[in-house]
Amino acid sequence: MTQTDTPKLVFDTDWSYAPAPETVPVQIDDRYGLFIDGQFVEPGDGKYFDTINPANRQRLAEVAEAGKADVDKAVKAARKAYDNVWSKMPARDRGKYLYRIARILQERAREFAVIESMDGGKAIRESRDVDIPLAAAHFFYYAGWADKLDYAFPGKVPDSLGVVGQVIPWNFPLLMAAWKIAPALACGNTVVLKPAETTPLTALKLAELIRDAELPPGVVNIVTGAGATGAAIMSHPDVDKVAFTGSTEVGKAILKSIAGTSKKYTMELGGKAANLIFEDAPIDQAVEGIINGIFFNQGHVCCAGSRLFVQESVADIVIRKLQDRMQTLIVGDPLDKNTDIGAINSKPQLEKIEYYLKVGQEEGAKMWQPTCSVPDSGFFCKPTLFLDASQSHRVVQEEIFGPVLAIQTFRTVEEGIAKANNTPYGLSGGVWTDKGSKIFKVTSKIRAGVIWANTYNKFDPGSPFGGYKESGMGREGGLHGLKEYVSLN
Amino acid sequence: MKTTETNTAAASPAIDASPRLGVLKTYKLYIGGKFPRTESGRFYKLTSPTGEVLANMCQGSRKDFREAVVAARGAQGKWASATAYNRGQILYRIAEMLEGRSSQFVAELVQMGTPVSEAQAQVACAIDRMVYYAGWCDKYQQVFSSVNPVASSHFNFSVPEPTGVVSVIAPEASGLAGLISVIAPIIVGGNACVVLASNSQALCAITLAEVLHTSDLPGGVVNILTGDRDELLEHFASHMDVNAMVYCGNDADHIEKVRTTATGNLKRTLTRSRTDWIAEDAQGPYDILDTIEIKTTWHPIGV
Repeated sequence: MTQTDTPKLVFDTDWSYAPAPETVPVQIDDRYGLFIDGQFVEPGDGKYFDTINPANRQRLAEVAEAGKADVDKAVKAARKAYDNVWSKMPARDRGKYLYRIARILQERAREFAVIESMDGGKAIRESRDVDIPLAAAHFFYYAGWADKLDYAFPGKVPDSLGVVGQVIPWNFPLLMAAWKIAPALACGNTVVLKPAETTPLTALKLAELIRDAELPPGVVNIVTGAGATGAAIMSHPDVDKVAFTGSTEVGKAILKSIAGTSKKYTMELGGKAANLIFEDAPIDQAVEGIINGIFFNQGHVCCAGSRLFVQESVADIVIRKLQDRMQTLIVGDPLDKNTDIGAINSKPQLEKIEYYLKVGQEEGAKMWQPTCSVPDSGFFCKPTLFLDASQSHRVVQEEIFGPVLAIQTFRTVEEGIAKANNTPYGLSGGVWTDKGSKIFKVTSKIRAGVIWANTYNKFDPGSPFGGYKESGMGREGGLHGLKEYVSLN
Repeated sequence: MKTTETNTAAASPAIDASPRLGVLKTYKLYIGGKFPRTESGRFYKLTSPTGEVLANMCQGSRKDFREAVVAARGAQGKWASATAYNRGQILYRIAEMLEGRSSQFVAELVQMGTPVSEAQAQVACAIDRMVYYAGWCDKYQQVFSSVNPVASSHFNFSVPEPTGVVSVIAPEASGLAGLISVIAPIIVGGNACVVLASNSQALCAITLAEVLHTSDLPGGVVNILTGDRDELLEHFASHMDVNAMVYCGNDADHIEKVRTTATGNLKRTLTRSRTDWIAEDAQGPYDILDTIEIKTTWHPIGV
């Protein structure tokens, strides 16, 4: 038997999957205001925008669009809460509030998971098993740090910063809110947070939850809106620190806008991670890792393994097995528990992905997609490979943020490392080999902040996350994530 | 031009009645372990506070800077992969070489206008600070690393790695202690750097280059230019193969320009606005942390 005629996976011949929709009922209001100083208020100029379900384009709710004056109101509330309450409260009590939030989130996890999938399009299996549990775990982890900060920075005394402005993306809406809010609060800061305009609902539900937890008013303020609202938060003169997760392009614009100020900042930006498969890798596990690396969350992941490098000697078998496995992926209703790949988050994002599919073919890479069916009700994209890609191709160099994988080969370890590092980004990377010494060599040579060896796309509140080079600065998660929210004296 | 005191003092009263004619030093740049003149052919007169011309210093150009970045990039990988023990020994060796030349550094600082007692304090501080940082070379990793207790079957750890190539605008008013205080934590962390020395106190920067050159520090790990801060600032901030920039000073326009320009490739920018570089808190492991990155690695546990 040659490499490529090993037995194929055979799925879906005699059996088909019956629909298995998640049916937990959820409460979504028709309209949401801005969460400022502990209550929902109308936006100053009365503007609202719709948030839709990308799987069927149906309107879910309308959400307030915060103007400059609303943002100012939120910052003032945060400042007042910082000065009068939060910075004076015993650290132990700050922790206890965070524990409360974590616990209520765990209690209401399924409801949050369903809303996350409805608003953002991600498969319910992921929002149920990854996003929501991790968000709760994040609050739980940082809750415990609140009264232990003295042990985090040897030789230094950590002080809180004040008011923190935070802008988060649409790919992991609740989880990113947790990543931002939990460490900020644990370190004694107050927060003004803006969720992405296409996925505001779980952040607004979190606002309700925070109110239910009786967090003092103004400690967390959540304002909704698009880019202009975000810019108003980032550039507000009374914001002491900004934290942003999103594209490198916007991150650079934010840094320019605050260049003349003394604001601290954390930036978690784009990526174009290399996933390297060596000939001595456990091939079947590696194939699962490749799938998880690029198709997790429809590829809307900054650390997605979007550049695959396969050692030449095993390229044929890896690609064939990868195609076999992709043939089994189910693209469909995000709320169906069998769905592997849900809806693309928005129409503009789908258009961007489709643009890159065109560009990739025009540049000469060979596009391959499985024969699966795709719902026609909303925004969907088949998982896609580009074979015979090369270093200069735009699908190799630019972040697509979709289920699109560019494949190249390499011969030597050095060549693999050099190709992996040939990118302005440096967020993450993957290495697959059964040889321990090779793992240590390659993981230490890849210029990126998170490396998965023989695994991919794993996250944990205790594990620092963040990029080298143009993937950003600062770390979120773990002990290292604390430093971003304190000044050391 | 005035010869240094050490030279004139060495004149012997012997055979010839005329005093010995001193040999003047040519101050050049330090790039890639070599001492080239600036490619631009430009120079500026370095004068003492009383107006005496001390030397013709190279007025380094953008091209000198770019060549220095190439040298730094070339040297950085090997420096980063040297053992921590080895880096510590080399930094300690730098301190030994500094000690041996201390009277020359004091004389140069005095020539450039520093009062004697302050010059002596600066030199002593520079030597001791190098010893201090030599000791950190194999310790900061343990202070800033962690093994992370993740809630899944994985071994997960975070370790520091160098940021890469760092451009540095050195303190203007502290020609030796300030210079050492910014260079040392950068190279402790396995980075390479390109430094623009103090314009008005440039003599001891080039003498420091001679010290570095004779301390087994690989060529290119530290590169020192002399020249004009206003002219080079933007290039230090904009170069696409520089990973971080340290700006020493408190000119608000400079700082804004550096931060704005550095966004081109998202350089990490660090501002050091202190004026007292001899102070005890002008050193510390958190200064090392400023030019390192934290890498987290995951591996499954299982068979």
